[in-house]
Amino acid sequence: MINGIPINMYMMLSVVLFIIGVVGVMARRNTIIVFMCIELMLNAVNLLLVAFSTLHGDTSGQVFVFFIMAVAASEVAVGLAILTMIYRNSKSIDSDLLSKLKN
Amino acid sequence: MLGYTITQWLFGILSFMSIMFALMVVFTRNPVHSVLYLVLTFFCIAGHYLLMNAQFLAVVHIAVYAGAIMVLFLFVIMLLNLNEDTEPQKTMASKLIAGIIGGLFLLVLVGALKGAEQLNITRYGHSEAGLMKNLGKVLFKEYLFPFEIVSVLLLAALVGAIMLGKKETKE
Repeated sequence: MINGIPINMYMMLSVVLFIIGVVGVMARRNTIIVFMCIELMLNAVNLLLVAFSTLHGDTSGQVFVFFIMAVAASEVAVGLAILTMIYRNSKSIDSDLLSKLKN
Repeated sequence: MLGYTITQWLFGILSFMSIMFALMVVFTRNPVHSVLYLVLTFFCIAGHYLLMNAQFLAVVHIAVYAGAIMVLFLFVIMLLNLNEDTEPQKTMASKLIAGIIGGLFLLVLVGALKGAEQLNITRYGHSEAGLMKNLGKVLFKEYLFPFEIVSVLLLAALVGAIMLGKKETKE
């Protein structure tokens, strides 16, 4: 229990947020939205890490969340730079059209 | 109020709002609206952090996600001039399949986590783990080396993003 809230409520919330992210990655073709859904999944995991860190009273979980945020920030910076470059070359960010490597 | 404490009410409201906003991120057609709903989702998650007494993370979360990352997303969307008309749509069948796969995944995860409330937690530490003082102590004692490595990672990402974003110049 964290302040009277059972830990499995936090688990369910994280699972639902993660699944929404997964569905978004599969159901959308706009690459920027796909990126945003990946952020959503990272946040679901962060939420669960903080919940367990608070439950155990162990600070290490929150330090990991701190590192995940730093990695997510660098991932977004590089990913969006790649996206703008792709748009400059092919005038589209449709993920289904980005299959030039296939053939 | 109905046998629930104020914290439980806040948890319920914040959870409902974060799930609704997350759903709107996926189902809105306009990419700009999607970004704004994601910002609202991040604010709700920051509220959850505050409820768990992780104040430092809540502030960092708002500053990094809502303040930096989402502004980057908005800038790229404005740069590429995306709107509802240019939005590519998947076919109905593949959306349906995505929904089914997501539902099955949800079922598997909920089934796997069932019974976790009976977890036998023997070690309860202090409840002030999220305060800046304790977090700083752990970060700069036990995790000093990873902390330095993260700075190198951020530098590499910075250089990489500039290199990728630069226009090719003819020599």
